[in-house]
Amino acid sequence: MNAILVAIIGLIVFALGYRYYSKFVAEKIFRLDPNYVTPAHKYEDGVDFVPTNKFVLWGHHFSSVAGAAPIVGPAIAVYWGWLPAFLWVILGTVFAAGVHDFGTLVLSVRNKGQSVGTLAHRLIGQRAKVLFLFIILILVLMVNAVFAWVIANLFISYPASVIPIFIQIPLAIWIGFAVYKRKQKMLIPSLLALAVMYITAVVASKVDFMQIDLVQYMGGEGGAGLFGLGAVSTAFFIWIIILMVYVYIASTLPVWKLLQPRDFINSHQLVVGLAIMYLGLLFTNPEITAPITNVDTDTSWFPLLFITIACGAISGFHGLVSSGTSSKQLNKETDARLVGYFGAVGEGVLALISIIAVVTFFPSKEEFLATYSSFAASSGSGLGVFVEGASRLATGLMIPPEVATTIVSIIIISFAATSLDTSVRLMRYIIAELGVEYKMPALSKTHVATSIAVVASAALVLLPEGPKGFGSGGYLLWPLFGTSNQLLAGISLLLISIWLKRLGRNYLITLIPMIFVLFMTLLAMFQQVVFEWSWFGSNSNTLLFVFGAVIFVFAVWIILTAFSTLTKNIDDSKTIK
Amino acid sequence: MLDHLKKLVDFYEEVLSMPHRTEIARELRDQDDLFLLLLYSEMIGIPNPVYYYTLELYPYMIEQFHDWHLRMGMEKSPLSGIRCC
Repeated sequence: MNAILVAIIGLIVFALGYRYYSKFVAEKIFRLDPNYVTPAHKYEDGVDFVPTNKFVLWGHHFSSVAGAAPIVGPAIAVYWGWLPAFLWVILGTVFAAGVHDFGTLVLSVRNKGQSVGTLAHRLIGQRAKVLFLFIILILVLMVNAVFAWVIANLFISYPASVIPIFIQIPLAIWIGFAVYKRKQKMLIPSLLALAVMYITAVVASKVDFMQIDLVQYMGGEGGAGLFGLGAVSTAFFIWIIILMVYVYIASTLPVWKLLQPRDFINSHQLVVGLAIMYLGLLFTNPEITAPITNVDTDTSWFPLLFITIACGAISGFHGLVSSGTSSKQLNKETDARLVGYFGAVGEGVLALISIIAVVTFFPSKEEFLATYSSFAASSGSGLGVFVEGASRLATGLMIPPEVATTIVSIIIISFAATSLDTSVRLMRYIIAELGVEYKMPALSKTHVATSIAVVASAALVLLPEGPKGFGSGGYLLWPLFGTSNQLLAGISLLLISIWLKRLGRNYLITLIPMIFVLFMTLLAMFQQVVFEWSWFGSNSNTLLFVFGAVIFVFAVWIILTAFSTLTKNIDDSKTIK
Repeated sequence: MLDHLKKLVDFYEEVLSMPHRTEIARELRDQDDLFLLLLYSEMIGIPNPVYYYTLELYPYMIEQFHDWHLRMGMEKSPLSGIRCC
């Protein structure tokens, strides 16, 4: 099947979803009021509460929610064929993610711009707040481990990307200095920095000694590394340690010194990446070689597909952004449709092109099936296939393949690194907050909290062992990342449903996706925990078992709370309108 | 055409700078809050050797005082001398 046709179908469904479904939800369910005084106006303080142009706010919202996750998930999930992944991305975005992102935004706007965590506290009770903190803690821990694994693997597979990525650090420090000390605008310096990075990428792709290939230094894949490990395992270990030292420093430095200027450079990469892939698709006009569905699999698509693709179909993390920052800056209530719903559509567009990049890469169906031979194999190599596939699309723009692979891997590493930096910082705040909650003041010290965050993340990424030994088991964490993310989305959808019910509106539009998402999460976790990771499972692993079991218990807890809260008589004084 | 391009560049710059402007504004506000506390420290019992001079700033600060005590988690003005709410 022609890939452009598939992309066009996807984009048309997104457009129809935005044009009609979001309009229906906005007018009939949420009943948005253009005259409602939004928190941005009511509490305007020039810091958190600032009325902002809706397109600017959409740009900010989209760049905050888009990252490496909508790329990695689909690249793994095409294992079950391209159609299931395509359908889940399209329908998930239109009926689940769109309503979820839009709904959390409106709920927060109607409640003084409060975050989902605070709203959970008000709607369900004190217990919900602590539960919420723990779920976010698990989510950020997964983000740290998964993205550290992604980056280390890309460094090993594409050694030409190492120098361009590390050159970003001095460039970012220079931009920070130029923007904050010299008061220059940030656009020109950040574009210059991006140009320097890409020029370095071109040179590094052509010149061997500029490729920091740790595996080659130790005598190739069969070589011996340190501590009796193989060369690849040692390289993985070294990269993880370097990354963890980096995130420790980056997340304890003042934000303007490194993190913000790095963000300035990385924000452009989203635009560059999307442009390269969609224009490349147009010029190369490839055929889809992957099978429509793959039924001869070792792991069933049901329900694992729905947690393998989390971001790109529905993701709880978006609710944190919607209710955390975007809701405080919404100029008019009616703008919520563009910012929330269309923000989710933007993420869907990224997930769609990532599916297309992977399914058009192989010359034939047989070669696709040889690489995607098992769920474990596709989890391990999905990202690599995406990099190669996206580079193939880029050749349509006359970019040489070896340069394109370096640039695509740089884009993914940058996305993953941004998520990593932010989530280590976030984890530090949550540990500190839990320290206050449980009266352990030592936990609120920056270096104590950061050390705990970094050591826990490093342990989680290093411990599970995969088929190729040490470090190759990181992909096992991906389903855990998906489930914790979906769990968070489930809670947010529950909150919106409770709110709609109390207002006497039709709450099925959020209740149905909530039941769907939580059911899939629960079933997937049950299967993984009992049949895979438990002591009698096929792939026994205590660490993953414990994490899986904790997530499972949380999910059950939420469903029970959901039922009791939804059926409970409402005390009018507590009603949130 | 050039005007449109300029508008586009400005829009892009605004999208980029939005979250960072917030971060910087927050830092600045935190410093201002601390400064306000230093100015009025005498009123809450912390000796301030330059109280005589800082008191002259009183008329300029009074409008911000209400926002400040709300941010500090005090529903009502903590000082009997300043009855903003």
